[in-house]
Amino acid sequence: MREIVLAARDVRRDYPVAGEPVHAVRGISLDVAAGDWVAIVGPSGCGKSTLLNLLGAIDRPTTGSIAIRGRDVARMNDADATRFRLTGIGFVFQRFYLMPTLTAAENVELPMAEAKLPRAARVARARELLAYVGLGARADHRPYQLSGGEQQRVAIARALANRPALLLADEPTGELDARTGTEMIALFDRLNRDGTTIVTVTHDEELAQAARRVVHMRDGAIVDQVLRRPLADAVPAPPHAPGTAQA
Amino acid sequence: MMLRLAMATLARRRARTALTTAGVAVAAAMLLDMVMLGSGMRESFRGFIEQQGFQIRLTPRGTMPFDSEATVGGGAALVRAVATDPDVVTVAPLLGAKLFSRTPGDSVVSAFVLGLDPAVQGDYVLVEGRDLAADDELVVNASYLAATGRAVGDTVQVAAGYDAQMRRVTGARTVRIVGRARFVMLGGSERAAAMRLAAVQAMGGRDRADRLSVVLVATRPGADIESVRRRLEASDARVSALSTAAALQLVDERLGYFRQLAFILASVSLAVGFLLVTTLVTVSVNERIGEIAVMRAIGVARWRIVAQVMAEGVALSLVGATIGMGLGLVTATWLNGILAAFPGLPAAFDFFFFEPAAAFRSLGLLVLCGIAAGIWPAWRAATLPIARTLREEAVA
Ligand SMILES: Nc1ncnc2c1ncn2[C@@H]1O[C@H](COP(=O)(O)OP(=O)(O)OP(=O)(O)O)[C@@H](O)[C@H]1O
Ligand SMILES: [Mg+2]
Repeated sequence: MREIVLAARDVRRDYPVAGEPVHAVRGISLDVAAGDWVAIVGPSGCGKSTLLNLLGAIDRPTTGSIAIRGRDVARMNDADATRFRLTGIGFVFQRFYLMPTLTAAENVELPMAEAKLPRAARVARARELLAYVGLGARADHRPYQLSGGEQQRVAIARALANRPALLLADEPTGELDARTGTEMIALFDRLNRDGTTIVTVTHDEELAQAARRVVHMRDGAIVDQVLRRPLADAVPAPPHAPGTAQA
Repeated sequence: MMLRLAMATLARRRARTALTTAGVAVAAAMLLDMVMLGSGMRESFRGFIEQQGFQIRLTPRGTMPFDSEATVGGGAALVRAVATDPDVVTVAPLLGAKLFSRTPGDSVVSAFVLGLDPAVQGDYVLVEGRDLAADDELVVNASYLAATGRAVGDTVQVAAGYDAQMRRVTGARTVRIVGRARFVMLGGSERAAAMRLAAVQAMGGRDRADRLSVVLVATRPGADIESVRRRLEASDARVSALSTAAALQLVDERLGYFRQLAFILASVSLAVGFLLVTTLVTVSVNERIGEIAVMRAIGVARWRIVAQVMAEGVALSLVGATIGMGLGLVTATWLNGILAAFPGLPAAFDFFFFEPAAAFRSLGLLVLCGIAAGIWPAWRAATLPIARTLREEAVA
């Protein structure tokens, strides 16, 4: 049996707003196995981003539990949660969010430097990751010298830097044109085939269709799940693949 | 890499960083100048008093040193009595008075004359010619020569009194200028002369017979100055005895108001430096709030964010303080030049006194302020709610 990387149980998130609080997520339970690729879809405002932030330990649920590789991230203090995000989770944002003053390679090195990886090792891994996302020749360019698609590739390389157990992406194709978006989907597909466990939130029908499982949300709850490609035929990841979670 | 990020942030907004650094430098310069001003006048007085080489000064009771025309009679007896104290090695009697000199154009110029004993005086340093050897000789300063149109070697008619309406002089005599000197306690622009004490007394007639303004006393090395001072004061009811230390304390008290002002202005400089750095760091944090939220989201620890933000403040205040140090020294020299030209001040009087320890302490304080200035913006940046900030950034 495959390891369950992510197990969310009855997760709720209320935003305290003046008057009636907003119940953004109302009791979601979700399991994600190692090597899976889940796409969360649903109308705007149904709570997708809120859920993803909870799964990634950058926000805390009002109630419920979220275990990632057996550790309850909902109960961690800030220092532990920060450490967990650094080594256990890779984030990709709709707007890329690279550090504008750092080069592409330095952006990829940033989480590794924070994790105290020796300089030589992180320089080598940054090169390897940039080559993997097809930007081997752009390592010394700064974000403003890169197109949106290229910036998003750098952001993906950065997310994979510390070999996270889980890659989370919120609308990764949202700011890209159709062709670049298709290339991005191909990259996610390759990552998943190489063993990376992925959860994406998207409006992009094409991105959703590429995932193994599509989870439909409405009003803060899961209303439907569609299994498109069962995990059984997933190829086990070669241990050296850039996106592979550390054993 | 974090340090590079902080420095890159400063470099990204070059003009803003430069302006803030300039502001901090000006505040630092002001701070340094005020610290230098706070001790400058006192140190100058100390220099003068110590240069004279006397530890105790006797003045007519109830008057302040340096600022009185009061005199005490029975001078010769007083000097003799003081000299009998076993701890006293030198006694230098002084009488200050007005001196009127006739110019070659037959007008009359007034000056300050010190009657003294050239063998034990500490009031002037000879620059040209020779010292006083007889009663009809005069040592003067450059201002005197300029005002009277005389030169060393000239003979000049002087008087103790002058009635401008009647154009009549009293106590007149003819003397020879034998030397030019710099008078340590007097301003360069003040006309000054020195004569033997007996001559100044004699010129004043009965009013000045045997009178003295000040008696300077040098004590034996190792003597307890304070007990000598008390003995001298007790021995003659007409005089007060003031030690150098007490004189400095008096000067200190008189300058208290001045130093307070300097202290207030120095504090204002510190506050300005603090506010400048806080403002810049706050603006910089607000500008990068999204970046900071992203760093936090990908796992950068809180203390790293704090360190990064504070590094900006530290860098700013360090560079600002360093530039400010140079700027402060330059402005102090410049201001000193302007202030020293004030009439009535000793030529070598310094308003600004550079004491490395005090300078570094004050600039260190400024850098501490810079560090403190970063604390609040840094903490705010490190504790921001990550998810909400990212959401707000996406909306913006
Ligand atoms: N910080 C907040 N305070 C108050 N309400 C919030 C906050 N964040 C989100 N919400 C509300 O929670 C609900 C879910 O928001 P969320 O961003 O998760 O939706 P979403 O599914 O990601 O939408 P979209 O597809 O447009 O990105 C919305 O009604 C939103 O207004
Ligand atoms: Mg969203």
